[in-house]
Amino acid sequence: MSSHAEPLAFKANARRALADRDLDTALGRMTSGLVPNRARAVAALPEFEALRDRARELKDHVLVNLDHYLERFETNCLASGGQVHWCPTAEDARRIVLEVCRAAGARTVTKSKSMIAEELGLNGFLEANGIRPIETDLGEYIVQLADEPPSHIIAPAVHKTKEQISELFHRHHARYGLSQRQTEPRALVAEARQVLRQKFLDADVGITGANFLIAESGSSVMVTNEGNGDLTQTLPRVHVVIASIEKVVATLEDATTILRLLSRSATGQEFSAYTTITTGSKRPEDADGPDEFHVILLDNGRSALIGSEFQDILRCIRCGACMNHCPVYRSVGGHAYGAVYVGPMGAVLSPALIGIERGLHLPNASSFCGRCESVCPMRIPLPKLMRYWRERAFDSGAAPAAERWALRAWAWAACRPRLYAQGARLAARLLRLLGGSRGRIGRLWLAGAWTATRELPAPEGRTFQERWHAERERSDG
Amino acid sequence: MPEKALNVGLFITCLADLFRPTVGFAAARLLEEAGCRVHVPLQSCCGQPAYNAGDRRDAQRLARQAIRAFEDFDYVVAPSGSCAGMLSVQYPELLKEDPNWAARARRMARKCYELTAFLADVLKIEALSARYNGVATYHDSCSSLRELGIRSQPRALLSLVENLRLSDLDDEECCGFGGTFCVKYPEISTAMLDRKLDRILASQPDLLLAADLGCLLNLAGRLKRRGSDIEVRHIAEVLADMAAETPGIGEGEGP
Amino acid sequence: MAGRRDPGRAAILEAIRGALGRAALSADGAGELDARLRRHPAGLIPAQGKPKAEARLAQFQAKAEAVACTVERLAGADRVPAAVAEYLRRHNLGPELALAPEAWLEALPWDRAPMLQLRKGAASGVERVALTAAFAGVAETGTLVTLSGPSHPTTLNFLPEHHLVALKASQVVGAYEEVWAALRKAGKGRRPALPRALNMITGPSRTGDIELEIQLGAHGPRALHVLLIDDEGGDGGQA
Repeated sequence: MSSHAEPLAFKANARRALADRDLDTALGRMTSGLVPNRARAVAALPEFEALRDRARELKDHVLVNLDHYLERFETNCLASGGQVHWCPTAEDARRIVLEVCRAAGARTVTKSKSMIAEELGLNGFLEANGIRPIETDLGEYIVQLADEPPSHIIAPAVHKTKEQISELFHRHHARYGLSQRQTEPRALVAEARQVLRQKFLDADVGITGANFLIAESGSSVMVTNEGNGDLTQTLPRVHVVIASIEKVVATLEDATTILRLLSRSATGQEFSAYTTITTGSKRPEDADGPDEFHVILLDNGRSALIGSEFQDILRCIRCGACMNHCPVYRSVGGHAYGAVYVGPMGAVLSPALIGIERGLHLPNASSFCGRCESVCPMRIPLPKLMRYWRERAFDSGAAPAAERWALRAWAWAACRPRLYAQGARLAARLLRLLGGSRGRIGRLWLAGAWTATRELPAPEGRTFQERWHAERERSDG
Repeated sequence: MPEKALNVGLFITCLADLFRPTVGFAAARLLEEAGCRVHVPLQSCCGQPAYNAGDRRDAQRLARQAIRAFEDFDYVVAPSGSCAGMLSVQYPELLKEDPNWAARARRMARKCYELTAFLADVLKIEALSARYNGVATYHDSCSSLRELGIRSQPRALLSLVENLRLSDLDDEECCGFGGTFCVKYPEISTAMLDRKLDRILASQPDLLLAADLGCLLNLAGRLKRRGSDIEVRHIAEVLADMAAETPGIGEGEGP
Repeated sequence: MAGRRDPGRAAILEAIRGALGRAALSADGAGELDARLRRHPAGLIPAQGKPKAEARLAQFQAKAEAVACTVERLAGADRVPAAVAEYLRRHNLGPELALAPEAWLEALPWDRAPMLQLRKGAASGVERVALTAAFAGVAETGTLVTLSGPSHPTTLNFLPEHHLVALKASQVVGAYEEVWAALRKAGKGRRPALPRALNMITGPSRTGDIELEIQLGAHGPRALHVLLIDDEGGDGGQA
């Protein structure tokens, strides 16, 4: 445990985000679109709740047998001509990707969306080693141009307005001879399609993420809507899949159960435009496809979660429903979290990856409203897991000392009901006085965080317990 | 209606005890008029602030204390979804590793109810002698809605109040209270609160009701700061026909 | 299968086993899990994946159209060339058609559409419109399933702006599980006979990345046109 790590600057980021009107507009658009879309899709599928139960069961089964299923995955992947690289740490994974790229003589690499690649800081690493990574998912392409991290796991540029995107394209696409500024989304998409088309064709290596790995066939499954993932993994000579180890499912049928939940939860679609099951490299008789198929299995802290109180987070399928429905995410957006994984699932996963000292605010900046858990297709008990992080922080000293002592002092009093009741009687009288005839308090020492934006309603003046017992004694006696 | 008088332990909740005893008296009236015997044992906090802060040991102490005080009643009723959720859902989880207390916590959890759920589902109240002239909007607390699955009961009870029209909010968002969340992350809390209030104000109700004082203090506090004169009350006050006896939350006798 | 001498492999497996508090599974334990793999039990198939036989095609069409496909019913396979020529004319696409080198597609009466210039093979990026076959259509969600192979270059699904798919009614099944069953049968009880790329295509390419407004044709085709051929009918997913 490091007692020197500072928590990420969540509060300052949040303050900035709250003042950003464009961000507020963008996030409002997100919730007003994606929330009813999911609700509609769920209402249209009577079996949805039963599927959530099945999905949880089959994933839990895999997690407690993960070693076995990873071995089976490897066997079957190798049998279909793929190569499997086991990477315990982020550094191992970066090294392997670089080795594969160097062996392929790669100058440019196309990438489709991969949160693992974000976790590895892969783009910066490749650039530092003289290889140009090109994001092809439109949202990732946009944030790459803006030199920003993605702010949402399925809609990376959700925080950007079309004016901001128009400006980005105008500035960066001039070098391709595209001097006319486009402003409408349709034209912007067409321009991105045009610019990226040649990059797809030129790339030497294509790197994709994987939504699932199927043990029985050694396949990877990729769920997208744009087609960039498929172009990324079909055109280059070498295809690299980066997946964390908990992505494994046992069979095609098990993957199908989860696929029935994924798009409905993410965007309200019944199925994504492109769901691709990739098994090995090009067969000798194939007309196209890459010559090499590599799968990078990344641990980077997942195995430590197995068997722990946080194991349930490994069921996450990265649909984004939790953050789409989270009022905290809605307020501050993804960048405020300062971590790769944001929103409620990030509040649980990020401290596991970066440590609770640095990730302290993430599980704390929650009102435990429970909407995340209510929409999670895999029934992950997110608030409970955030509470476990708070317990770890409390016990380890990561939580601020002043808060801990105040709480313990309060609890000490609460364990003594007569004393607590006396304290309540005192507070009731005092605050009632301060409230005066208006019945509320506008400013109160030590309550600045409340009274900065809210009146504090004054108590009635005597506590319930004292009045109850006085009145009941009077009527009994 | 039960034949033998039920002994109900009233879990008053810290906020009602300190800020608004009227809520406790309203709850007691509703319970007694339905034939219950209401008991108020010496009590303090359900322990949720400690629990949510990650102080599991103190939360366990407070849980054991509450169980000792209440487990012998037929039912335990709290005018708060948040506290009722603590008693009926979290206590078994909190004490699951304690061989001496796990079963006691489970047994008690089975008889703990939030007030409106108790009135509607156990006492099966079908008539109230209450009236209120005006349009009310009802806010579901997150605990009531998602932890306890309570949605129809408060609305069914409000429909028994003469002259009261209910304007449905059609909104399930958190008001931003969240216990210490509202003072640890006040700007985010206020952003959530303002979004919620904008939606409430859009339907221009006379009265805003909820079943949790945490939400109510939060909503009333911001409404007053924003200059609104919407009346804010706990649902029990209206159901027990006690709205005339006390000013609304955040209001005094004077201006 | 001999264990691979990859230190990363050993480290990860050890870490998982350590976390689970056990050693590697016994032969019996592993055998049980492998038996489940061989059984590959189907999950819960929703009712919408089990339409009545006579409703299957209508449901497939309705679902496909709901995700911005266009679906054209043809009385027989011999109508395909004319339908394709008409599509190209209607969309001002010129005479060039990239054709998947699928035997039954090549054998169609293309002389009935003599103005078309057929280019067979993988796409290179210049093609505006491609015609391929499919392995199956899935009525559950209006999804097309294609398998990469010598007769189906994957690039034809993604590079051209317009993707035309010739699908026989007899290839339309209810649920995805029926496709897996057919592939397992073809794999003769070992692994399912999966190609390099099995594409499940549900509508044309789309993105919501700009202000969440859906735009078609992000990188893949902006139009997906299904030529649904009323052949003898019945179930199955045979190519």
